[in-house]
Amino acid sequence: MANLTEIRWHGRGGQGSKTASILLGKVASKTGKNIQAFPEYGPERMGAPVLAFNRISDEKLTVHCQVYSPDIVMVLDPTLLESVDVDEGVPADGTIIINTTLQPSEIKEKLGFDGKVFTVDANGISTEEIGAPFPNTPMLGALIKATGLLEFEGFKTEIKKEFEKKFASKPEVIDGNMKSIERAYQEVKSE
Amino acid sequence: MSNQVALTGNEAMAQAMKQINPDVVAAYPITPQTEVVQMFSQFVADGAVDTEFVTVESEHSAMSATVGAAAGGARAMTATAANGLALMWEIVYIAASTRLPIVMPVVNRALSGPINIHCDHSDAMGARDSGWIQLYAENAQEAYDNAIQAVRIGEHEDVRLPVMVNMDGFIISHAVENLELLADEDVKEFIGEYTAEHTLLDTENPIAVGPLDLQDYYFEHKVQQAEAMENAQKVVVEVAKEYKNLTGRGFEYFEEYKLEDAEIAILALASTAGTAKAAVDKLREEGVKAGLLKLRMFRPFPAKEVAKALSGLKAVAVMDRADTFSTIGGPVFADVRSALYDVKSDVEVVNYIYGLGGRDTTVEDLEFVYNDLQGIVNSGEVNKRVKYLGVRE
Repeated sequence: MANLTEIRWHGRGGQGSKTASILLGKVASKTGKNIQAFPEYGPERMGAPVLAFNRISDEKLTVHCQVYSPDIVMVLDPTLLESVDVDEGVPADGTIIINTTLQPSEIKEKLGFDGKVFTVDANGISTEEIGAPFPNTPMLGALIKATGLLEFEGFKTEIKKEFEKKFASKPEVIDGNMKSIERAYQEVKSE
Repeated sequence: MSNQVALTGNEAMAQAMKQINPDVVAAYPITPQTEVVQMFSQFVADGAVDTEFVTVESEHSAMSATVGAAAGGARAMTATAANGLALMWEIVYIAASTRLPIVMPVVNRALSGPINIHCDHSDAMGARDSGWIQLYAENAQEAYDNAIQAVRIGEHEDVRLPVMVNMDGFIISHAVENLELLADEDVKEFIGEYTAEHTLLDTENPIAVGPLDLQDYYFEHKVQQAEAMENAQKVVVEVAKEYKNLTGRGFEYFEEYKLEDAEIAILALASTAGTAKAAVDKLREEGVKAGLLKLRMFRPFPAKEVAKALSGLKAVAVMDRADTFSTIGGPVFADVRSALYDVKSDVEVVNYIYGLGGRDTTVEDLEFVYNDLQGIVNSGEVNKRVKYLGVRE
């Protein structure tokens, strides 16, 4: 299918992979894309490896199975590299974006992956801006910068509206989340 | 005026219920339906609907309260899934035989055991003989559209039957997709006011509901139920046409996807039909004349129309997301094959039981089925009539 982007999110229960996939989907939908955002529902436990998925396309989406060959992989927790095959099914020209303090070259070597690798210290950014490690929203900023999937200014406008709905009862965290996205956009590293 | 949004299937269903604004909702939460009831109860708490919301201690009570409300002349709804539907069982039949036009979203989930929260159709397929109309949806949009139409279908004076609005658990209920919502006033106008002809609360014309009905009349009442199901076929079409005029969307009994010139086809219902469309598109690019019949209405079963649509094909695979353990195939297969018997067609029909307990069914799985059909066409032989797709040996 033309212009179809498939994304797989790896995280640990509680890190917000599902929320990130839904936020991305809702924002992309606002920009006129056809979208799907869905987590894999296993036996969720805080800290256990979890998956979430996106499909984003200019065409109508009818496929209702999981994503097996993602164009983009988002890794919210660097320790997952020890236990989960995060590059499984990723094509050679695919993209992996990972929350880590390591350099992209170090991750590439660790994974033995030849495609594009980007790194960003999403834990550090969110700890400074939100007050605790919530890597999911900064990872969205890194995703937009690394892939150009959506136009950044429009993305920020729409995600702010989503935050205003989501955090209606604690509006004080909206600014921190927006700053996290902005900083991750600026600070994400490529090779 | 419609409104483009990105919602989960459960969110879309809760919106449909909000716009329907039933007089009474009595429901008990169960995964994966829970969010529907949770969100709807929030609408009640916020005063966004006029509904009397009855919190109950079980699904048996949920359906009982819904039956009571409907017998009192209310537009009544509930929602459930899997084991919740199983616990309602006794009253599910009573709702239909009492001819109460209850609308019930069922977020399809595998029936225990072993216990499993993921999608298959064993819950709703088990209720296929309960006398409820059953509609199935490929995606959240269709689930929403079906819920609104279900009100009109069930309440029609020639029908007066309850309607199950099915939606695949998790695959649709928990996935965000784009869809269009109607404006509140358009839904209100489309469904109209409900005035029950006979109600328990009409003291001028007192009636008894649910009295003993023995050898003298029970049989006549069951035949009337069957006649109402026949009438439902006509009403489903009328309502679908009217809905299409309003929204530009929808199907009557089924959607035919690239079926017109097809030689081989899959018949599927619910979300897998969407995945099958991608398989059809891939095969068409390779020059294979593949098609799809996506069944929207399973009860009543549109036998003549299905037979007409399939009779010119060479081979058809019927997909069943539930087993009957009859050893001769799933519930949809039984009806499709029976329907084709009357038209004396040469089409070979095979059955795939798939996706039980939420086993993922991929585009490649469905391509495998089409390849199997191609093999049947080429060899003229069916080596096995009923198979299990995607199961480990």
